[in-house]
Amino acid sequence: MNAIATPQAPPQPPSHEPSYLAVENTVRSWLLTTDHKRIGILYMISITLFFLVGGAAATLMRLNLLTPQGALVTSTTYNKLFTIHGVIMVWFFLIPSVPTVIGNFVLPMMLGARDVAFPRLNLASWYLFIGGGAFALWAIIAGGVDTGWTFYTPYSSTYANGHVIAMATGIFIAGFGSIATGLNFIVTVHKMRAPGLTWHRLPLFVWSMYSTSVILVLATPVLAITLVLMALERAFGIGIFDPAIGGDPLLFQHLFWFYSHPAVYIMILPGMGVVSEIIACFSRKAVFGYYFVAYSSVAIAVLGFVVWGHHMFVSSQSIYAGMVFSILSFLVSIPSAIKVFNWTATLYRGSIWFQTPFLYVLGFIGLFTIGGLTGLFLAALAVDVHLTDTYFVIAHFHYIMVGGMVMAYLGGLHYWWPKISGRMYPELLAKLSALFIFAGFNLTFFPQFILGYLGMPRRYHAYAPEFQVLNVLSTAGASILAIGYFLPLAYFLWSLRYGKVAGPNPWQATGLEWTTESPPPEHNFTVVPIVTEPPYAYDPVAAEEALAAKREQREPAYVR
Amino acid sequence: MTALLAVWFLPERASDIAREVDALFYGLLVLCGIIAIGVCAAVIVFCLRYRQGSNATRQAEQKTIPLEITWSAIPLVIFIALFIWAGAVYFHMSKPPDNATEIHVVGKQWMWKIQHPTGRREINEIHLLINQPVKLLMTSQDVIHDVFVPAFRTKQDVLPGRYTIEWFTPIKTGDYHLFCAEYCGDGHSRMGGWVHVMAPDAYAKWLADTSTTESVVAAGARLFQARGCAGCHGPNATVHAPPLNGIFGHPVALSTGKTVIADEQYIHDSILQPKKDIVAGYPDNLMPTYQGQLGEEEVMELIGYIKALGSTSGGVP
Ligand code: HEC
Ligand SMILES: [Cu+2]
Ligand SMILES: [Cu+2]
Repeated sequence: MNAIATPQAPPQPPSHEPSYLAVENTVRSWLLTTDHKRIGILYMISITLFFLVGGAAATLMRLNLLTPQGALVTSTTYNKLFTIHGVIMVWFFLIPSVPTVIGNFVLPMMLGARDVAFPRLNLASWYLFIGGGAFALWAIIAGGVDTGWTFYTPYSSTYANGHVIAMATGIFIAGFGSIATGLNFIVTVHKMRAPGLTWHRLPLFVWSMYSTSVILVLATPVLAITLVLMALERAFGIGIFDPAIGGDPLLFQHLFWFYSHPAVYIMILPGMGVVSEIIACFSRKAVFGYYFVAYSSVAIAVLGFVVWGHHMFVSSQSIYAGMVFSILSFLVSIPSAIKVFNWTATLYRGSIWFQTPFLYVLGFIGLFTIGGLTGLFLAALAVDVHLTDTYFVIAHFHYIMVGGMVMAYLGGLHYWWPKISGRMYPELLAKLSALFIFAGFNLTFFPQFILGYLGMPRRYHAYAPEFQVLNVLSTAGASILAIGYFLPLAYFLWSLRYGKVAGPNPWQATGLEWTTESPPPEHNFTVVPIVTEPPYAYDPVAAEEALAAKREQREPAYVR
Repeated sequence: MTALLAVWFLPERASDIAREVDALFYGLLVLCGIIAIGVCAAVIVFCLRYRQGSNATRQAEQKTIPLEITWSAIPLVIFIALFIWAGAVYFHMSKPPDNATEIHVVGKQWMWKIQHPTGRREINEIHLLINQPVKLLMTSQDVIHDVFVPAFRTKQDVLPGRYTIEWFTPIKTGDYHLFCAEYCGDGHSRMGGWVHVMAPDAYAKWLADTSTTESVVAAGARLFQARGCAGCHGPNATVHAPPLNGIFGHPVALSTGKTVIADEQYIHDSILQPKKDIVAGYPDNLMPTYQGQLGEEEVMELIGYIKALGSTSGGVP
C-alpha cells in the first residue's frame, strides 16, 4: 500500500531539545527573541489586539446605522470611527496578518531553514510595527482623526481637525516594519532553501509570500513619501496638493493609489497561498496546475502596479487614462480567476476530508469569487461611475479582504495551530464557528451590494430612510459575525492547555514544516532536510485505500 | 411585493444614460451570476462526490494545459468585450451635447450652490426641465466633493481649483436624491438635497416665479465693469492687454511658445493665477490676480460673460 502523502523530506529524528515554547519563558526572552516562531506569536498577539480595536469601531458604526438619523453617535464621532476602523484594519491587521503571523512561523520551516535570513531585523520589524501602532493608538486616544483611511487632500492637509500627523506617523513607521519583513522574506527564499528545494518544488504559499514581499518592498516606500508630503503641507503650508496654495488637487490620489492598489494584493495574495496549501492537503491531491497558480501570483504582483487609476474614474482624470486603467483592471483579474479555477479542479477526483481548515477554504473560494466578480463591475467604466464611492465598493472589498483574507487567515491558523501550539483545537466547535462566520459575513455584506446599487454613498453618518431595512439586516449580520470571531479566540486559548496533543503531522501533510516536531524545537530541524519530492505528493487513491483498511479495523480515519 | 422590489432592487431610472448603465449592469449581473453559480456548483458537486469514503473514482494526476488555456482565454475574450461595451457608454457619458443648458455648481463644506443661466440661484436643490440636456460646470471652494444623482446614474468629483463637468438628460419627472459622494468632513452625509425634474408647464411656472433679474451673462458684464477688467480689456482701454472678444474655445499663443485652447479652466486660471500663463506679446506683470477677491461663483459669471462676447469687438450680445 502506498503512503497517502509523501513528505518533501523524511521525518526528522527526535530532537531531545525543548520546543521553542519551552526553551525559556521570561518576558525578556520573548521580547528579545530572534526566533521567527516566537516573533510570529508576538505578531499574532498584537494583531489580535488591533483587530479588537478595529472591530469595536465597526460595531459602533453598525449600531449607529440602525436608524437613518444615525442616532447613536455624532457625525464627528462617526467619521472618526470609520477612520479608526480603516486605518487599524488595513495597516495593523490585514497587511500584517498572514505574512507576519503565518509567514513568519511557517515560511522558514517550509524552506527547511532554521530561521529567516535576518533574525534580528525580523525582531526590529516587530518593534517598528508596535511603535507605529503606539502612534496610531495615541492619535485615537488623544482625540482621533476624521480623514478616512485614504487621507484625501486637501481635506487631510488643510481642513481636517485632529491628530492627522500622528496617525500618519504611525502608518509611516509601521510601513518600515513591512518593508523590512518583505526584504527579509525575499532574501530568505533566495538564500535559505534546503538542499534539493528548487524553485519549482516550493510550496505555493512560498510563491505567494514571495510575490507579496516584492510588493511590500516596492510599494510601501511610495506610501511613506506620500504621507510625508501630506504632513509637510499640513504642518508648513508647502503647496503640494492644495490648489489654494499652488498644489495639484489630484496628485495625492495618484500617489496614494499607486501604493494602495498593490496593497490590496498584499491583503489577498498571502491568503491565496494559504488556500493552496490547505486545499491540497484536505483533498489529498496536488494543486491542479502548480505552475499556473505559482506564476499567477507573480503576474498579480506585476500587473497590480499599473491599475491604480481605476479608483479615480470620476476624479477628473482624463477619459483616455480611464480607458487604459479599465482594460488593465480587467486583465489583472485573469490570474485571480485562474487560481479559482485551479483550486476547483484540485477537488476533482480527490479524497476530500472535511476538517475546519478546509471549511474556511470553501468559504474563501465562494466569497472571493463574489468579491472578484463584483470587481468586474467596478472595472467596467460606466458602471463604476454609478457604483464608486457607494456601499457597493464597501461590500466588494470586504468580500475580498474579510471574506477572502480573514477566512484564509483563520483557515491557516486552524491548519497550523497543531504545529504552533502542539495541540488540536476542538473540531466540532471550530466547524460551528466557521459556519457562523460564513453566515454572519454574508448577511452583513450582501445587503451592502444592493445598498450601493440603490445609491447609498459610503461614509454616511445618516442616510435616506428607504435604505434602513438593508442597513438593519447588515447590522444583524454583523452581530452574528462578531460571535463567530469570538469563538476561535476562546477555544484556541482553551486548547493550549486542554487540546489533544497533536503529534508532528496530524493532517498527514507533505510540507517540510510537518516533518519536525509540534511544537518545533528552537532550531526547527535536527538534521538538515534534504528535499527529494515535489510539493503536494498526495495520493487520493492511496488515501481511500488507507481509509478502507482502517475502517475494516474499526478505527477512525487517518490519525484521529 | 412588486412595490417592495421596486424600492429595494430597482432604483429610479430618470436619465437617458441610466438605461444604458442599467443594461450594462444587468448584463454583468447575469454573466457574473453564471460564473459564480458555476464555480459554486462545481465546488459543491466535487465536495459531495469526492468526499472521503464515497465510492467515486480517484486520480492523482490530470492533464492541465488544455484546461488552463481554455479558462484563461475565455475570460480574456469576455473581458475585452465588456471593456468595450462599458467604455463606449463611459465615452457617451463624458461628452455633453452642444445644446446642453449650462448650470453652475459650486460646492463648499457643506452645501451646493447652484446658479442657472437665467441667474437664478438655489442651494442644495436643482430644478430641471424634462428632456432638456444639462451640463453642470462645477468647482469647489474648499475640499473635494462629488455630485451624485443615483437616479441619473452619474457621478463626478468636484475639485477645488479645477473645473469638472457632469451632464445628463432627465427623462422622467419627479424628485430625486442629490448626494455628495466624496467624503468632505463633518457634514458630508448632510451635503445633499434634491433634483426636481419638471414638466414644461411646471418648469415655466417655476421660472416665472422668481425675483432674479440679472442673468449670468449680465452679472458677468456688471462684474467686468465693476472689477476694472474693462479698464484694461475693454474696447477703449489704453493699456496693452489682449481683447477678450471671441477668445473662448479658440487657441491662444502663450509667451512660452505653447498654444492652449481658452476653455473655462484657462480663463479661470487667467483671472485667479495670471502668472501661470502669459499671452504672447503682452507684459507679464500687468494683469493683477483676483485670488481672494473674487469668489468661485463670480469667476463663473465672468466666464459666462466672456463666453458670450462675440468675436466682433466689444459689447454684450
Ligand atoms: C491692469 C490691467 C488688467 C486688468 C485690470 C485685468 N487684466 Fe486681464 N489681462 C491683462 C493683461 C496685460 C493680460 C495679458 C498677459 C497675461 O496673460 O497675463 C491679461 C490677460 C487676461 C486673460 C487671458 C486673455 C487671453 O487672450 O488669453 C483673461 C481671460 C483676462 N485677462 C481676464 C480678465 C478679467 C476677467 C479681469 C477682471 C476680473 C481682468 N482680466 C483684469 C491685464 C489686465
Ligand atoms: Cu485598486
Ligand atoms: Cu461630501
